[in-house]
Amino acid sequence: MNNGIQAKNYSAEYQNIAEVLPGQQLNWLTAQREAAFEKFSTQGFPSPREEEWRYTNVSALEKKQFAVLAGAEESRLDEQLLADHTLQDAWVMVIVDGHFKAELSVLQDLPETVTVCSMTEALHRHPEQVQAGLGTTLAGQEHGFIHFNTAWFSGGLFLHVPEHTVLQKPLQIIQVTTREAALITTRSLLLIDAHAQAEVIETYIGNAGISYLLSAVNEVLIAENAQLTLTKIQDETDKAYHFGGTYVKQARDARLLQHSFSFGALLARNEIHCDLQQAAECELNGLYLGRKRQLIDNHTRINHLQPNARSRETYKGILDQRARGVFQGRVLVCEDAQKTDSDMQNRNLLLSDDAEVDTKPQLEIYADDVKCAHGVTVGQLDEQSVFYLQSRCVDATTARNILTFAFANEMVDKVAWQSLRQLLLKLLLHRFPQTGMRKEWLS
Amino acid sequence: MLSIENLHVAIEDKEILKGISLDVNPGEIHAIMGPNGSGKSTLSHVLSGKAGYQVTTGKITYKGLNLTAMEPEIRAREGIFLAFQYPVEIPGVSNIYLLKAALNSIRKHQGLDEVDAIDFLSIVKEKTRLLEMDEKFLYRAINEGFSSGEKKRNEILQMAVLEPLLCILDETDSGLDIDALKIVAAGINSLRTAQRSFVMITHYQRLLDYVKPDFVHVLAHGRIVKSGGPELALELESKGYGWVEEQAA
Repeated sequence: MNNGIQAKNYSAEYQNIAEVLPGQQLNWLTAQREAAFEKFSTQGFPSPREEEWRYTNVSALEKKQFAVLAGAEESRLDEQLLADHTLQDAWVMVIVDGHFKAELSVLQDLPETVTVCSMTEALHRHPEQVQAGLGTTLAGQEHGFIHFNTAWFSGGLFLHVPEHTVLQKPLQIIQVTTREAALITTRSLLLIDAHAQAEVIETYIGNAGISYLLSAVNEVLIAENAQLTLTKIQDETDKAYHFGGTYVKQARDARLLQHSFSFGALLARNEIHCDLQQAAECELNGLYLGRKRQLIDNHTRINHLQPNARSRETYKGILDQRARGVFQGRVLVCEDAQKTDSDMQNRNLLLSDDAEVDTKPQLEIYADDVKCAHGVTVGQLDEQSVFYLQSRCVDATTARNILTFAFANEMVDKVAWQSLRQLLLKLLLHRFPQTGMRKEWLS
Repeated sequence: MLSIENLHVAIEDKEILKGISLDVNPGEIHAIMGPNGSGKSTLSHVLSGKAGYQVTTGKITYKGLNLTAMEPEIRAREGIFLAFQYPVEIPGVSNIYLLKAALNSIRKHQGLDEVDAIDFLSIVKEKTRLLEMDEKFLYRAINEGFSSGEKKRNEILQMAVLEPLLCILDETDSGLDIDALKIVAAGINSLRTAQRSFVMITHYQRLLDYVKPDFVHVLAHGRIVKSGGPELALELESKGYGWVEEQAA
């Protein structure tokens, strides 16, 4: 198959960087990278002719010529930007332009049995563990960005939470991009062993005004009866390109709670795929806010492989000005997956006549004893609610702002960790027309 | 306080109210009763300023002001409160947020400073106890997932905190069991003062067992066809609406 968007510039550059990528000493990895590069060279980036990429054209990437930049010391870190996105009561790992920064990170007092380190370090110190996990969630993922990520990745996170270990506070991974035209590629591996519990918060930010390409792939293995809460905050510049994908395998009775908050880039693609074994549960919550000419594409897939698993999905979008939103949600229920209980909802608010959303929920059901629901709405604010607020002394403009904010805040309310909720609230208020909105009244 | 003169109201050119006149003085309680489709809810919506209704003839004055020219939020800040028949659920905004926003809008309108946070909380908590509501309700999203009775109690809670001059209760008794009805009625009675007036719209007489009106008006086919004292409500309860409608015809 060769109908992708050719990426000759990237392929040509690869020869120059391949030998400085981490994990050179590991033959298995080199082999994976070479195979992936081979596929990427032929396929290129996905084109809108592919069903899964119908609404998202990435051809600008080839024209832009993003490049891997040498020397992390050249980074121009905006400390205020970082501080504004950092939780005070979490373990924090900061990655600047793809490089782990120990001096900016806060990893003291982690339980000794827990491993948190950069992918580069993990490839040196825990190569067997990495080898056992890396690539295992990506079988069947054949699109160009996955191959690209495998071939190029130079950083990321390695997390291992051993059996019966409960992390008492979240681990926040902040990826800051500081340089114009940078190409950042990260691969993270999260291993949550049986009966363990953890919360991880991914945060993507970039210096104001810069354009860059970020590709971040997370592989997540949640073992029996373990639980992971995974929050993604994607709050990047109006010129950035973000391609993020999280690929999860959940063993029997494993639980995943995901919150995705996408404030956008110029083009942001957020993928999450979950494979559910027996009686596993996943809850996917998403909020995407687009304005100007942003495109925010959410692509979710839940595979019910075995019986009695449960999935809940709620994605909400608010699109203003000329922004475009995409929601493609696919739920697959395999023949063996009897008693599947699944619900998928996508709600969109269009604030301008020029805003657009393409929403496509898909149910593919091969079992006969299942409960699967889905619903989609695209609309404007409810006038009855506007009148209700007016009758409570609130002027119409403020009422509309409150309702728009409330539509989004409902997703923030689902977040349990208080300081994270506060951070999200702050980002929301920053984003919305603020007439009459008062943060101190909200919490 | 409120004076309605020969009020005609249409929705999309269909006339719903066909010449209503009503005077409400400070401290009075007026019950508006009538069969379904008589225009009761239209009257409450027009008084509170909901869009979509055209006042074709007549006028409404409130405290000497021309009410029909005022936006709903201005009416509310001037002291008109509508307790909704179907309170709206607003996920994502807490009850206490709305109460604070509303109370401060009124205070600003009156040229007062914002309410002190601690004073505000103690006022709200006191009213919450009055309506036998759990304080946790305050921090929940507006009416979201509330039972029908909880929604109605929440309306009365808002009314108690905002202390309006003219309270319009639109079928506040519908959907209430007898215990909830008693609590809501007690809440209303506790708000009675020599200055505050009530217009209670109701289909049934039972709310009037607990909140005694000064006047009862029967609305049918867009007109007030009969007015009287509290005894009229009892008569309607035993005989139904047929006889008044016939008398009027």
